[in-house]
Amino acid sequence: MVDESGSAFDAVEQGPKASGDPTGTPRDSDGDPSGHPTVTALQSWFGSTVLHHEVQAGDQHVVFVDAARNREVLKWLRDDPEQRYDLLADVTAVDYGGGKPIQIVYQLWSVGHKRALRVKCELPLDGLTIDSVVQLWSTANWLEREVYDLFGVEFTGHPDLRRILMPQNYAEGHPLRKDFPLRGRFSRAEQTRRALSQDYHDDYTPESLEVGGAPGLAPPEPNRSTETAEDKP
Amino acid sequence: MTEKILEFPEPAIRSEPMLLNLGPQHPATHGVLRLICELDGETVLKVTPDIGFLHSSFEKLGEYRTWNQIVPLTDRMDYLAPLIYNCVYVMAVEKLMGLEVTERCKVARVLCMEMDRIFSHLLWLGTTAIDVGAFTPFLYAFQERERIYDLHEAYTGARITTSATRVGGMMADFPDGWTDSLRDFVKTLPKTLDEIESLLTTNGIHLGRTLDIGVISGEDAINCGFTGPNLRASGVDYDLRKDNPYYDYETYDFDVPIGENGDCYDRYLVRMEEMRQSLRILDQALDRLPDGPINVADPRVSLPSKTDCMNDMESMIHHFKLITEGILVPAGDCYFAVEGSKGELGMYVVSDGGEKPVRWRIRPPSFVNLSVIAKLAEGHLVSDLIMINASLDIVLGEIDR
Repeated sequence: MVDESGSAFDAVEQGPKASGDPTGTPRDSDGDPSGHPTVTALQSWFGSTVLHHEVQAGDQHVVFVDAARNREVLKWLRDDPEQRYDLLADVTAVDYGGGKPIQIVYQLWSVGHKRALRVKCELPLDGLTIDSVVQLWSTANWLEREVYDLFGVEFTGHPDLRRILMPQNYAEGHPLRKDFPLRGRFSRAEQTRRALSQDYHDDYTPESLEVGGAPGLAPPEPNRSTETAEDKP
Repeated sequence: MTEKILEFPEPAIRSEPMLLNLGPQHPATHGVLRLICELDGETVLKVTPDIGFLHSSFEKLGEYRTWNQIVPLTDRMDYLAPLIYNCVYVMAVEKLMGLEVTERCKVARVLCMEMDRIFSHLLWLGTTAIDVGAFTPFLYAFQERERIYDLHEAYTGARITTSATRVGGMMADFPDGWTDSLRDFVKTLPKTLDEIESLLTTNGIHLGRTLDIGVISGEDAINCGFTGPNLRASGVDYDLRKDNPYYDYETYDFDVPIGENGDCYDRYLVRMEEMRQSLRILDQALDRLPDGPINVADPRVSLPSKTDCMNDMESMIHHFKLITEGILVPAGDCYFAVEGSKGELGMYVVSDGGEKPVRWRIRPPSFVNLSVIAKLAEGHLVSDLIMINASLDIVLGEIDR
């Protein structure tokens, strides 16, 4: 396919085009909240913290929540007996590109009530920080690490916020962001050099390193004085 | 006598925790998985999984492909149950488009998904049996898997990378005689399952290796994000085929096996029973497979017939546009999950109305299940860690994506 803007490889070099309207993330008009009992309860309980509600794909209810209060809202959704969203199915992020805010997406499911709800928080690109929900659901541990790794969103209060899929010494940025080119930012030669110079000790936690006697350093000297004292006849 | 032993002086040795690297290249990790274990003697103090060795960034690649071109990426994630991944991806896109597929297609996809559930469970069964030292069930299970490979090949032309679905239908209808081969498989598999069960279910060594190993309570299991057979082994009755049915699963007559203790043995029992239940579904689906077209007649997604293309200009242009531009999916987002072989398998697709997705996300069941291994293995022996890892039924292609 020939693009009037230039080579067909432009997208590969520069990342995909930003989508939709440049002024903000695409947002449908408010959906009818009466279709989902949780949405009405959320709106009456939290008021203006619930920014927006919409219905997607026919019957999927999406609630936009103030990112500063995400943990509070999610904790209520998990603990309130009428809601009981005890299964956090997924935490992910969406980048629409073009400087638009990044959306953090929580997919919730209530095993008891058999209801699903999608909660979204929007983070501006210059403030990619949001409260972690690991304290509420242990599932969030790895899922938030993945979002951190691939989108660069910081989760405050996360116990172990490290890269998870990319190598620890990866310095090209966050691959799922729209401004990240498909082939990476570095040249092939530089990428190969970095891959070969990976230090596998980077994957150990500091506690593990202590247990292993800090690999890379010399192993601890055995205490010879006691041995020799006993060995001597 | 006992007192005398107790009086024995403590030997003058000092025990220190030690660091053991298991993997990434180790057959018992079931893929390219590295487990960093802190050990006290043979007891596991802490496990830290290190993943990402197979990372291929499928989600990023998807953003550069048209909607139908993503299908081949899906089966490369879980190569143990490729058809389930093919199906759930197009189901998510169809849901976003508001597209209803034909009745024949629905039943065909149920056949594909249940067949691959057995396909995946058989591999799990064989490799797990090997991990506890039983070689024979491995051979029996792989013999049966070979028959599913043949069914894959007869239908799609490929044994692993099936790529069988398209938005709005399947890449082709079943070839002649294919359903008879599948029915033959459905009839004969229970005998093999009986044989394997007689080798494992009451086998003392197997019981010793699996009973009370890697126990997790139902409440913890939900909090940790366990889904699928792993969650049901902990006594939680949660199966998307029953709780959020798709493709008329509510009209099929089948049971959802539930465990009690949430240990490795219950996970084994649940999967064994699930295979039998999948056979029941296959049997019913084969009976009700209706005639008719397998692809939906919707100009948004389906190509006009070759005769039309040759005879009228509009069909020719339509064909050309669909092939060169790809299908257009309305703006919006959709999360669609099915009961995969390893747990809740979800696809989250975000569209801006264009021919390529803004975001395509897989809710990875193995990834979430593996994250619990640190909690499960704590305090067990290294050999139990191997058993726990096997009982989770992970596939690294999907964990690393």
